[in-house]
Amino acid sequence: MYKDTLTPERPAPVSRKGLTGWLRTNLFSGPLNSAVTLLGLYGLYLILVPIIDWALLSADWTGVSRDACTSGGACWVFITNRLQQFTYGFYPSDELWRINLTFVLFVAQLLWLALPRLPGKMWLGPFMVLVFPLIAWVLLYGGWFGLTEVPTHNWGGLTLTLILAVVGITAALPIGTLLALGRRSHMPIVRSLSVVFIEFWRGVPLITVLFMSSVMLPLFVPEELTLDKLVRAMIGIIFFQSAYMAEVVRGGLQAIPRGQYEAAAALGLNYWKMMVLIVLPQALKLMIPGIVNTFIALFKDTSLVLIIGLFDLLAIVQAGLADPNWLGYATEGYVFAGLVFWVFCYGMSKYSQYLERKLHTGHKKR
Amino acid sequence: MSSPVKPSAPPVKFWRDPAKRALLFQLVLLCAVAAFIAFIVNNTLNNLSTRGITTGFGFLDDPAGFAIAQSLIPYAETDTYGRTFVVGLLNTLLVSFLGIIGATLLGFVIGVARLSPNWLIARLASAYVELFRNIPLLLQMFFWYFAVLRTLPGPRDSLSLNDSVFLNVRGLYLPEPIPGSGFIWIWPALLLALVLAFWLVRFNHRRQDATGQRLPVWSISLGLVILLPGLTFLALGAPLEWNYPELRGFNFRGGMTIIPEFLALWLSLTVYTAAFIAEIVRSGIQAISHGQTEAAHALGIKDSLTLRLVIIPQALRVIIPPLTSQYLNLTKNSSLATAIGYPDLVSVFAGTTLNQTGQAIEVIAITMLVYLSISLAVSFFMNWFNSRMALVER
Repeated sequence: MYKDTLTPERPAPVSRKGLTGWLRTNLFSGPLNSAVTLLGLYGLYLILVPIIDWALLSADWTGVSRDACTSGGACWVFITNRLQQFTYGFYPSDELWRINLTFVLFVAQLLWLALPRLPGKMWLGPFMVLVFPLIAWVLLYGGWFGLTEVPTHNWGGLTLTLILAVVGITAALPIGTLLALGRRSHMPIVRSLSVVFIEFWRGVPLITVLFMSSVMLPLFVPEELTLDKLVRAMIGIIFFQSAYMAEVVRGGLQAIPRGQYEAAAALGLNYWKMMVLIVLPQALKLMIPGIVNTFIALFKDTSLVLIIGLFDLLAIVQAGLADPNWLGYATEGYVFAGLVFWVFCYGMSKYSQYLERKLHTGHKKR
Repeated sequence: MSSPVKPSAPPVKFWRDPAKRALLFQLVLLCAVAAFIAFIVNNTLNNLSTRGITTGFGFLDDPAGFAIAQSLIPYAETDTYGRTFVVGLLNTLLVSFLGIIGATLLGFVIGVARLSPNWLIARLASAYVELFRNIPLLLQMFFWYFAVLRTLPGPRDSLSLNDSVFLNVRGLYLPEPIPGSGFIWIWPALLLALVLAFWLVRFNHRRQDATGQRLPVWSISLGLVILLPGLTFLALGAPLEWNYPELRGFNFRGGMTIIPEFLALWLSLTVYTAAFIAEIVRSGIQAISHGQTEAAHALGIKDSLTLRLVIIPQALRVIIPPLTSQYLNLTKNSSLATAIGYPDLVSVFAGTTLNQTGQAIEVIAITMLVYLSISLAVSFFMNWFNSRMALVER
């Protein structure tokens, strides 16, 4: 083949750099893609503009009653007026420092555990699980050291949501670990008891567990003993949560290679030393995403306690909506509650992703 | 006195022998559990007798005497508690089934959209996931029910579509199909079409094995399934009438009514679970290495077939186990219905029936047993299915 003419110059390739290049690759790479982009932009416009207008531009923020809401947008006055109730429930105003102090202590311990290079983590962990709950109970419930007693039916709002979630997870972690070890045990009776426990609680909805703890638990205990409604709900939540936690821990245990067990046995370690010194620390690292997921699920699920008459954040917002002085602000109430839940859950999931990256000591995929 | 010196090592003390120690430990554990159960049973019997609560399942035959807003089988207030149980169970199954369908469709769309090369679409999809996954289901349900459906206009100012579909605060009103005489023949025609389509698929497989050629089997089957019943329908003279809802007085008469409680529950279950399913679908597709696509292309297989024969079968392996857990979660979550008053099993049986009869133990036990059986049945099926689908490695 022979040609005596030059091949004509081809046009320069389309730029893949800069803003136009980025737009071309990511948004307008073809006619179909461009159409989809435009459709998406139009949909976004349809959704976002009314929402921004309602929630920010023509919203009312200050005032003391519904008369302040005149501009037709969201009436955030409802929220700002009840913020204290949404946060602390019906806890007496003079005693709010006790909740705040508990919260500050808790966060301080969490930070101590979370920040690297602070000493004494070996002691702080068990302290937080074993001793701190007692301190928190004395602070919140009172009755000791001259603190006035605040019965649990006054507890509510975000405080109650956080208490239920934190108690649920701290109690479920050790119980779940034991159950998971039981499920992987070689002893047939231990194994079957663990399997039955886990599968039973995992197979039923949390609502039936809460119903059970509120109507059946009083029948189970001796007549003289009356269990507080909140304590009953906590027991139900802990059982339910332990079963889920057990499966997370089992996943972590399964991921530890056999060689680790064999090495521990070769060193002459007994079962508990092998578990506590070799296996569980490694498994725990693998379990972090799973634990955080369980915690997020629990945090959302605490809202179900409203069905048995406890006033968590959602329940107290719901109750506020029924106030004759504030009828008709359901959307504002739910948007506020949704935002609070969302901030907590999203924050936790982001933190767990960060932790996963930080603790990733293996070979990273590039 | 000198004891005889043993030539071998001294016998192991029984608490140092792992086998015996395990036996002892299990025995102690078993006794503890048995004692605990005996303690609870004893307390319960005492409490029941002091409070004068009757036991047994006789209450299931008593008349219930309360109305239920929606039932799939005929139900009147004079029916028994046993029948309220069935009504509640069917309502639970209905909303779970429709929720699973809705959530699967929406979840697949969002999951695939998250992987779209279009930046905007991918961002919108991930915003959807992050928004709906991180807000409690109960809150979403309240939002749909109290903030959206409860604020719809009354029956007189209903939103209407073509004057045959109406939406108002009392629910969604749809025209109800009323089959005429001969409509029954549609079903055999549909069955025949399905059998033919099935046979066609097998024939196509054999033909491909023999000659290497494929028929456009999907379009042919689809045509069969639509055309055959459709032609039968026309040949019979279109024996189907619609009963349109009409505003008479203060309310609508005729047509089908979908109660707002059902709508709110179904919407929230669908929207919430779809966010989780989308993540499962995304991770399933991402788990298939790009080399598989490249290998298929290198063999000259075109894009649509690559997707259907190479990517999806492998992705399904990763997707199906967690997807089943989501289906189970959805079924269990449908029990939140009790918070907005949709008459599901928990609301009708563990709520109203329990309050009227006071027989907490029996009612809660039956309710838990139902959910437990559903869960166990599904997980048995899934384990079987999973072991069939799982990669067989040498």
